[in-house]
Amino acid sequence: MTQKHIVEARGIHKHFGALHVLKGVDLKVDERELVFVIGPSGSGKSTLLRCLNRLEEPSSGSVVVDGIDMLSPKTDINHARQRIGMVFQSFNLYPHMTALGNVTLALRKVAGKSRAEADALARAALDRVGLADRADHTPGQLSGGQQQRVAIARSIALEPRVMLFDEPTSALDPELVGSVLEVMRGLRESGMTMIVVSHEMGFARNAADRVVFMDDGLIVEQGPPASIFENPAHERTRAFIGQIQRH
Amino acid sequence: MIQTFFNLDIMMAAWPIVLSGLKNTILLSLIVVPLGLLGGLILALLASIKHPLVRWPLMAWVDFFRAFPPLVLLILLFAGLPFAGLELGGFACVAIAFFLNTGSYYGEIFRAGIESVPNGQVEAARSTGLSRLQAMRYVVLPQAVRNVLPDLLSNTLEVVKLTSLGSVVAVPELLYEARQAQSITYNPTPIVMAAVIYFLILWPLVRLLSRLENRALAGRR
Amino acid sequence: MNRWDKFTETFFNAKVMEKYLPDILSGMVVTIELALLIVVTGLAAGLALALLRALAIRPLNWLIIFIVDLFRSLPPLVVIVLIYFGLPYAGPAPSGFVSTWLSLAFVLMAFSEEIFWAGITSIPKGQWEASRSTGLSFSQTLFNVVLPQAFRLTIPPLTNRTIAITKGTALGTVVAVTEILGQASSAMSNSYNPSPLMMGAAAYIVLFFPVVVAARWIESKFAWKR
Repeated sequence: MTQKHIVEARGIHKHFGALHVLKGVDLKVDERELVFVIGPSGSGKSTLLRCLNRLEEPSSGSVVVDGIDMLSPKTDINHARQRIGMVFQSFNLYPHMTALGNVTLALRKVAGKSRAEADALARAALDRVGLADRADHTPGQLSGGQQQRVAIARSIALEPRVMLFDEPTSALDPELVGSVLEVMRGLRESGMTMIVVSHEMGFARNAADRVVFMDDGLIVEQGPPASIFENPAHERTRAFIGQIQRH
Repeated sequence: MIQTFFNLDIMMAAWPIVLSGLKNTILLSLIVVPLGLLGGLILALLASIKHPLVRWPLMAWVDFFRAFPPLVLLILLFAGLPFAGLELGGFACVAIAFFLNTGSYYGEIFRAGIESVPNGQVEAARSTGLSRLQAMRYVVLPQAVRNVLPDLLSNTLEVVKLTSLGSVVAVPELLYEARQAQSITYNPTPIVMAAVIYFLILWPLVRLLSRLENRALAGRR
Repeated sequence: MNRWDKFTETFFNAKVMEKYLPDILSGMVVTIELALLIVVTGLAAGLALALLRALAIRPLNWLIIFIVDLFRSLPPLVVIVLIYFGLPYAGPAPSGFVSTWLSLAFVLMAFSEEIFWAGITSIPKGQWEASRSTGLSFSQTLFNVVLPQAFRLTIPPLTNRTIAITKGTALGTVVAVTEILGQASSAMSNSYNPSPLMMGAAAYIVLFFPVVVAARWIESKFAWKR
């Protein structure tokens, strides 16, 4: 059986002025795989994630997602981005719209659904994240955990092939983290391909297929969670995991 | 075109007149800006008394002058008061009108500044034994002024521009002198000169302000 | 006749007031027309410039910034005088009404562009990113996500500035516009009595005081919750 990679990034470099943030990163992700990206802050994890849907323009390299060349000028990037959901650390919900409005906006404007269709799809998505009863609340009326779940609903309503999570629980109070991880676990079980940048090591341990350790703009090593956490091959990985576990 | 609006000969001839106008504009600004600031400070300090008998008349006073065009106020003083036997002259009328008009604007700004300082600051100051006035003077006002500095500068810019109203009541400031020169020379060059002078003097302030304002609005989120 | 009677006889002379009331009323109509024209065209032009600036075309932005700075630096009366007394030397001779309208519309355009632009740039980058990540285009994001939030932020400074500039319609009297102050002044010199001026002052209060009170209400309603 030939392996089909749904995400294939090759030789990604990214410069911010004089700063060399990504120094040639290759990342292949299989369909239905959950890849966890860990590493110290400033290692380039978030930048890598943002290069995958071209929120950041890579300085060089190639990114192919679901057979679409993301960096080609011929690609309709707005259409392509529908297929790649993204969840942000700071939620980035639209404060002037209700939860339902947040979810329906792209359905109507990008996917071209009618208002009724969009409403139905959005309510279904909100139901999946357990917030069907909060559809008419504005972000200001929701807790952080609820806001992040609305943000997830905003992405999954578009039926993406891949979901990118950029530190989805870092801005949450500890008691609210569980509800978001619960939703992510549900997505995982439904077979969603996911790339997650996060410090939730417990979640990585029991949900991830593969853990990728990045440092200083490069992938240092990767493998199944058990081997990375129990038996890291590199000194830098060992030091990082030791630090994380002390806390 | 250049001969009409940027006529060199006329510029040379009009320069002394325009220059004396510029001096008066600067002098006028140096008088009316502190006057307005003083008026504003008085209003803001009165507004910090939360009693309804002070609050409502004060708000009406401020709103009245926000609604009243400064030129109308100026004409009222300059052309109306003589009927009551009081002839003040253009300069004094400008000073009084500005004290009332720009004082109201400065007052609103100071008030917003004072309200932007958290109550905990006053409580902390009072807990160390400072009186109400001392707390206002040493703790609240310095922070208040810093918080509303862009608005204070922006209003000051407006006040300086507003001194051009003096030309209507024959105060020999920049615009007045430029128009005199224009009517003598039958050429618009002096007015263009005045405009260029206003622009050159006030542009740096406008640049600074637009930076400060961008930052202030961004900080409101 | 005691002093109070003499005072009212001078400043609130019923006969004079009755005679010149129609003039003041027609002045009010002119002031309202002028004010509405200035507000509509000035704000529309300011928004248009801010949207153009969002396209981030370098030379165009420099030009926009220069125009905005120019009309923020020049006193409105100077602009009016320049257009009314200066332009005729070059050809077209705009009326006082047109000069005042154009001048104040330019000034409002400059101030409102600056406010709209500050509103647009104050929307956090994350809002753009979230919207773009779901596939909305630049302009879809601008109109659906950024501008609705920016408007909310800009309403208090915008109403204040609009009122301050609209009051400037009184400057039209310098270039013979027959708005309230113009009518009141000429009535005063015809009757040699200040009562028309008092009527004019009252007319301004009738027109602008409700607007100022409404602005106060809008300000408290739209103030962003911190």
